[in-house]
Amino acid sequence: MRVENAEQAAAHPAYRKALADLLLQLADDELCLGHRDSEWLGLAPDIEEDVSFSSIAQDEVGHAVFFLERLQELGERDPDLLAFQRPPDERRNAVLTERPNGDWAATIARHFLYDCFDAVRLEALLDSGYRPLARGVAKIRREEHYHGMHLSLWFTRLGAAGGEARQRITAGVESLWPDVAGLFSLGAYEAELIRYGVIACDSAEMHRRWEERVRPAFEEAGLVWPGELPLPERDGRRGEHTLDLQELIETMGQVHHLDPAAQW
Amino acid sequence: MVAETVTDTDHIPDDLRRALQEVKDPEIPAISVLELGIINRVESEKGRVRVEITPTFVGCPALDLIGEAVKKRLCRVDGVKEVEVSFVMDPPWTSDRMTPEGRRKLKEFGIAPPVEEGAGFGVHVPECPYCGAEEGEVHNLFGPTACRSIFYCKRCHQPFEGMKPV
Repeated sequence: MRVENAEQAAAHPAYRKALADLLLQLADDELCLGHRDSEWLGLAPDIEEDVSFSSIAQDEVGHAVFFLERLQELGERDPDLLAFQRPPDERRNAVLTERPNGDWAATIARHFLYDCFDAVRLEALLDSGYRPLARGVAKIRREEHYHGMHLSLWFTRLGAAGGEARQRITAGVESLWPDVAGLFSLGAYEAELIRYGVIACDSAEMHRRWEERVRPAFEEAGLVWPGELPLPERDGRRGEHTLDLQELIETMGQVHHLDPAAQW
Repeated sequence: MVAETVTDTDHIPDDLRRALQEVKDPEIPAISVLELGIINRVESEKGRVRVEITPTFVGCPALDLIGEAVKKRLCRVDGVKEVEVSFVMDPPWTSDRMTPEGRRKLKEFGIAPPVEEGAGFGVHVPECPYCGAEEGEVHNLFGPTACRSIFYCKRCHQPFEGMKPV
């Protein structure tokens, strides 16, 4: 099903509902991770990583804004209000992206595992029948390519270095593993999203493609595959979140809440 | 003013083109928005001008500033009554949209122009904008703005910035 613009989507309520849910998943993943990236500002292990993570954060938040603007076209609220004023149960990010940064190595592991998933998801959206989404994805994919290169370099470098670096990245991967499978969920409207041709792959196929990308990197990094991904305790795509998200939303919105009507 | 519609940047009326040439990228003041290749389309009809701008990077924070500058400058052109600026993704900005003049000015400003398409996008160290050596190395894929990386020239021992090919 080919849908050229927001008006056509809005004319089909079931389609619009499924599409809006997916747009929130995309926006909320990028917004949470972008915010977590920005928390490294001034704290990253060296100044080059300060620069990298600030730049990556800016890209991710920019992508979130793009998806929120598509929601606004569908009749949802202003992007700032969607970003700052939605309660946790209306958020659709995967739980993995809301977790606090922790160790630098854990941050690298999370970003690498997420970027591999994001690459798979963007690929599945390249020919999306919702054309405004497909057009943005074509552009966003070119930017994410740089994140992928940077993070896979760090991931293999920390693993291959051995010693404390490998211990830390191994511990990072282990701590993240229970949340990873939550990335692949497409939420409450998976069947509709596939049927309407909004996305080309279901969650099982995305999981398979993700593993195809990630396993060789584990080998190159000299890391042991931690085993099958456990079923996630909470499905962030259905609004099930941890207190970490509550804390993230409060921190992220501190300036906004001082004066929600301010023009910046 | 004669009613006319323009759909590609090769045929922008001279007065509008001259005005756009004066609008510079706020982060790289050496080159204009035309030379940077971010003007997708200019339509003008009976004093109403519509401009489509395509961002270099989706999250470029300078975008609103650029839009405002375009609006302000075009409003000063004789016969222009109204200017509307919109941001679009289609066709997307790619680094090969920069004009040859833009590439030259960028280099003169001290930023290596993006390695041209065909090399594929990824890590391609451009020529050093200071000494022209080709044997530099990547210092950081990310730089002071989303669209730039940082390199190091092994011949003249200068760090330099380069625009990312996207």
